Amino acid sequence: MSDPSRGFWIDAARRLLRHRAAVVAGALIVLVTLLAAFGPAWSPHRFDAIDWENMGIAPGSTNAHWLGTDRLGRDLFVRTLQGVQISLQIGLLATLVSLCIGVAWGAIAGYVGGRLDEWMMRVVDVLYSLPYIFIVIILSTLFDRGNIQVLFLAIGAVGWLTMARIVRGQALSLRKREFIEAAIATGVSTPAIVWRHVVPNVVGPVIVYATLTIPQMILFESFLSFLGLGVQEPQASLGSLINEGAQEMESAAWLLLVPAAFLVTLLTCFNFLGDGLRDALDPREQ
Amino acid sequence: MLRLAARRLLGLVPTLFVIVTLSFFVIRLAPGGPFDDEQTLPPEIKANLEAAYGLDQPVATQYLRYLQSLSHGDFGPSFKFKDFSVTELIGQGLPLSLTLGLAAVLLALALGVPLGAFAALRQNGALDYSVMAFAVLGVALPGFVIGPLLALVFGLHLRWLPVAGWSPGEWRYLVLPALTLALPVIAYIARLTRGSLLEVLRSNFVRTARAKGLPERIVLWRHAIRPALLPVVSYLGPASAFVMTGSLVVETVFGLPGSGRYLVQGAINRDYTLVMGMIIVYGSLMLVLNLIADLLYGWLDPRVRYE
Repeated sequence: MSDPSRGFWIDAARRLLRHRAAVVAGALIVLVTLLAAFGPAWSPHRFDAIDWENMGIAPGSTNAHWLGTDRLGRDLFVRTLQGVQISLQIGLLATLVSLCIGVAWGAIAGYVGGRLDEWMMRVVDVLYSLPYIFIVIILSTLFDRGNIQVLFLAIGAVGWLTMARIVRGQALSLRKREFIEAAIATGVSTPAIVWRHVVPNVVGPVIVYATLTIPQMILFESFLSFLGLGVQEPQASLGSLINEGAQEMESAAWLLLVPAAFLVTLLTCFNFLGDGLRDALDPREQ
Repeated sequence: MLRLAARRLLGLVPTLFVIVTLSFFVIRLAPGGPFDDEQTLPPEIKANLEAAYGLDQPVATQYLRYLQSLSHGDFGPSFKFKDFSVTELIGQGLPLSLTLGLAAVLLALALGVPLGAFAALRQNGALDYSVMAFAVLGVALPGFVIGPLLALVFGLHLRWLPVAGWSPGEWRYLVLPALTLALPVIAYIARLTRGSLLEVLRSNFVRTARAKGLPERIVLWRHAIRPALLPVVSYLGPASAFVMTGSLVVETVFGLPGSGRYLVQGAINRDYTLVMGMIIVYGSLMLVLNLIADLLYGWLDPRVRYE
């Protein structure tokens, strides 16, 4: 059991590749990520540089700025890609945070069971009933505004509840399996069993749910930045760009449309990829 | 039923208490205070201001005092909007926010259920595919994208509806905000209805109803629709929570004077009492709405009644 049967993963990969929408979505995500990583370097402009001669220029009207500029003459192509970078970073890091807490919480509660399980899941239930967005808003005030290094902690700290429930359910059913009994019989300690035998066996559902968590986290971040609680000027995230664009849409609709298109593409692609992964990793659902 | 409702309602009190306590201490941990960015107050005046609002006391004392005034139903004065109490501020905006939220949920039900049902009845047809595509896209489109886009198309280009703003009693100002809030919910409800109706239509009792020779209309509306709507009913709780958080954004986008904006403004200004008041009011509203959806579910589904 230490070697996860290779047949399963090869089968899963094959099933995923047959899922057209998921493949296209995955390719688009890779493309946008590469564009965000290297795109700004191609452009001669910096995200916070002001071009005094080209303020509020529409896309295509000058060769200097591929997607035009905002009211302050900052290049929209570079700003949007920098926003994608930040949104992706925060989305991934926040997912990682929620993944670590959720998997640890769920695996321990499910495997140990009994009183501890009851208590841990009661905590999850109470946190579940709290309006999470309020908690995020309050947590985001904890850090000096614009400190994106810790913004993902605030977002990730509220996103782990569903993950914990999923992992707990899996761990509960693993408890009774023979290989766990064998591990107990050979004297493996409880933390080692959780880490070496329970956690590797919940990887499938965890991957699926993590893929579906990323767009939620990106959405949270954009939501906060849109409201002015997240990323601050002169840095941009997709949410803050959409907010700026919405205020100028009468005269410069492209300022709204460009970042909105990137955000919607990313969110849709992650959702499709997650759906495809669920079909691939959980054949029972089909 | 009534006793169950009362017991569940009492069960909300500890949750609400956790919310109040948690948010009280977390927001006080945040750097900065409510009087920080008022044009550099002389330290004596700032100290006086803080003493007047009891902010010079230890946090534990402040907390006990706050709980005490809460028990009289008093949310305290706002730190930033001087001369206003938090109760007044929220009370002014809440009716509009509630109207908006209610309109959005009703709109979502009125459009989502028929869309999903028609998609299920013509499975794999053109309508089915377009509904499903809309459902995927609708869930991925956040309110702060839909709102400005709708305003751009229907407000600025077509000029059918006002772009933003509010004048009392004018429903035209509510159409775009309500639609913005409702779109993702419509998408989700359509998907839920389609999925569960497809399942119900394949079940044994529907086959029996058809075998009795009942016309399809009666099979659908008398037998199939009620169990098929159960998932929609259980989604109403999360949906109302979604609509309430969404209204924070939608009120900002469309410049509506609802109460949602106070949460964000309060958080930015460190207006402790205003944030607390908003969290308590919106938090308990969400909890109660969730409870109502739960009870409704139990009332509709006889299987859960005797648990």
